Amino acid sequence: MAEILFELAGISKSYPGVIALDDVSLRVSRGEVLGLIGENGAGKSTLMRVLGGVVAPSEGVIRIGGQEHARMTVTEATKAGIAFVHQELNLFENLDVAANVFIGREPLVGGPLKLVDNAQMRARVSPLLARLGADFTPDTLVDDLSIAERQMVEIAKALSIDARVIIMDEPTSSLTISETERLLEVIADLKAHGIAVIYISHRLGEIMTCADRVVVLRDGRTVGELARHELSHAAMIRLMIGRDLKALYTPPKRPSQPGGCDIAGLVTSAFPDRQIDLSVRHGEILGLAGLVGAGRTSLARAAFGIDPLLGGEIRIDNAAVGVASPRDAIRQGIYLVPEDRKKSGLVLELPIRENVTLASLLNYARMWLVSGVDERKVAKEQVRRLAIKAPSIDMEAVTLSGGNQQKVVLGKWLSMQPRVMFFDEPTRGVDVGAKSEIYALMRELAEQGVAIVMISSDMEEVIGVSDRVAVMHEGSVSGVLERPQFSEYNVLRLAMGQALETVEAAAP
Amino acid sequence: MIKKELGLGLLLVVISAITGAINPAFLSLVNLLNMANLIGLFGVFALGEGLVIITGGIDLSLGSMFALLGVVFVDLLTTYQVPWPIALLAVLLGGLTLGGIQGFLITRLKMQPFIVTLCGLLIYRGAARYYTTDSTRGFGYGDEAGALSDIASGNVAGVPNSFILLIILALILGVLLHRSVYGRWLYAVGKNEEAARFSGISTNIVIATAYIISGGLAGVSTVLFVFYTNSVSPSSFGNFYELYAIAAAVLGGCSLRGGEGSILGIVLGTALLQVLQNLVNILGIPNSLNFAVMGTVILIGVLADHQLQARRRRKLALAGLARTAPRSTLVQGQQGASPRGADALPVRTGDQA
Repeated sequence: MAEILFELAGISKSYPGVIALDDVSLRVSRGEVLGLIGENGAGKSTLMRVLGGVVAPSEGVIRIGGQEHARMTVTEATKAGIAFVHQELNLFENLDVAANVFIGREPLVGGPLKLVDNAQMRARVSPLLARLGADFTPDTLVDDLSIAERQMVEIAKALSIDARVIIMDEPTSSLTISETERLLEVIADLKAHGIAVIYISHRLGEIMTCADRVVVLRDGRTVGELARHELSHAAMIRLMIGRDLKALYTPPKRPSQPGGCDIAGLVTSAFPDRQIDLSVRHGEILGLAGLVGAGRTSLARAAFGIDPLLGGEIRIDNAAVGVASPRDAIRQGIYLVPEDRKKSGLVLELPIRENVTLASLLNYARMWLVSGVDERKVAKEQVRRLAIKAPSIDMEAVTLSGGNQQKVVLGKWLSMQPRVMFFDEPTRGVDVGAKSEIYALMRELAEQGVAIVMISSDMEEVIGVSDRVAVMHEGSVSGVLERPQFSEYNVLRLAMGQALETVEAAAP
Repeated sequence: MIKKELGLGLLLVVISAITGAINPAFLSLVNLLNMANLIGLFGVFALGEGLVIITGGIDLSLGSMFALLGVVFVDLLTTYQVPWPIALLAVLLGGLTLGGIQGFLITRLKMQPFIVTLCGLLIYRGAARYYTTDSTRGFGYGDEAGALSDIASGNVAGVPNSFILLIILALILGVLLHRSVYGRWLYAVGKNEEAARFSGISTNIVIATAYIISGGLAGVSTVLFVFYTNSVSPSSFGNFYELYAIAAAVLGGCSLRGGEGSILGIVLGTALLQVLQNLVNILGIPNSLNFAVMGTVILIGVLADHQLQARRRRKLALAGLARTAPRSTLVQGQQGASPRGADALPVRTGDQA
């Protein structure tokens, strides 16, 4: 057995009301590639943040070089040789490659003047880039580099601090196939030099190619470990799923009505070379599953007129509707409950009343003058209907809890006439009580004939609430499941993408 | 919200009382009416500036706009002998147009308001000076616009018409800002443009309209100033006036971050600035200290406001905690949500430390 670089033992991390990590143990040996997999929210990122010293664990110890730490600081983690290559790259685009590699620890000249020694920086970065096979020079502006090249800069940065473990969080999510292969070669090279890599990815094919060992997390717990010879898609997916799903489903009282919203050949700016076809009937809740970044939010934004449609059309009851702007969409009865309610859903500093009526204010105005009486009536009605817990409708939205804030966003739309509603992660950051209220509300809307698309990364929610589930993978719909076919296994398979499996089959 | 205006009003009264006690001439009718005239002159375009600031923007071009529109206005009346109603209309349309162009550049072409209006400041001033070859334009001894001049610089029962006009415009804009749908949109856009857009508000039109209104009011102010000074010297007419407007708006409670401010506050801010200027004269403070006094008062005013707001926010935060705390323990709130929420936090790289 190779030398153990570090070991995490019995790590737990709880936030108020939720356990993010529960007794997780992990060790990494020299020159080992460890695959770390799990569903969205399984605790992978939290675990890596414990390792990087960003988050202090509630329990457990971290053993590095024979020393035990209850927690680490970022500085200690760096000193221990732990480096990150980020999912969203943390580089300064306005600086050149060398400056990014040495950011915060620039070699200085000029004594008290403390000038940055650019020549020395570049001279030291050059060999690192050569080693990674990068074809750009240290004085290239990061702004001019592709995502794959930027990743090389991050790896060079890790090498420059003599990293012994490099953590890569979804490194290939934005890479092309050849760039991905290049990265896998670099990983093999790092491994040959004794550097360990923790490889977090949803792409099981890559994990199969590069990992020596795979650890699977689920709900903050280690649920399994697979050695190299045990690796297979089926084995990994089987470990990732298997949560106890609560029975959330309330079947519709009557079968979904004919007609609804058809999205045909829709092209979004996020995936200009993919088309999306999707239809949702009146009276049904269509769950939209997929991995983070699969294009679900882009679809909702395009359908709501926020982002331009690059192609395709949206039809409601077989009549094409134009959605050049949110105003158009709203006029057609297409509403969006956005993912980031604080940024896009609410004006936090305005009172509940003004948030509820923000989109429909003209309905409560005569000659453009707002009728305070009508407005208060509508706001009060929504507060009552949605059971928003607030002492008064004049409270600023910022003072409310997450669940109540989300209800205010809902109130804004329910005070009008929805025909098609997109809910983007409707229960994120919402407490359990408010969650079930929101589910009940969605069902109630569906019963009234609204076509509902619920984007969710919460498997329990997708399977528990939807009448049908459409799964997206890399910008298009990879499959639609009817209730009898519902299973975590099926959803995950589609989310991982069939295309990925054929690529992997072709690889050695 | 009202508290802020009350405080400002109180400050105005206290300063006036102290100054009046030191030198009773301050409270003489002549002096008060003179101040009212100046408040009217400077208040009209401060209202427009205030609207622009509420959108989160700024308009630096007002002073130069006065010069450009001013020379054109005088020229139309004197050189071209155009009837005054047409000249007046031309100036108002000119102001609206310039505001419209700026609004277009800012909303459609996504340029920064500071840059667009700074360039406006330079361009309009240059155009005015070139147009007149830098010579002062004024009215001769003729009676080119007697009626309009009487309206602009006259008075009703001693109260200057400029002040009366300010009150009328303030009432109209007060209704627009505080009672109308447009006003609500303006605040929403200023506070959170994205959420406003997600609510179907045409944010570009809302913002551009603010610049157009500001331009239109600049046209009105131009006419008032032309008849106040009776001549337009293109290189100095209206110099720095945009800064008076910004100062009045900020003093009156507008935040340069947008989404805050009221018409009453802007009027009171303008009044306070004029009182300060007058006080410097009346109390025999060297005139050279004029700007310094103004700057100091604005600084202290905004600082005090900041401190009060921070205290209010702390109180709110504490109240919010008190409300949510017992709930989350009861129902084990936020289950399943927090880990993902935490994932969204930016991760610090270990090697940056």
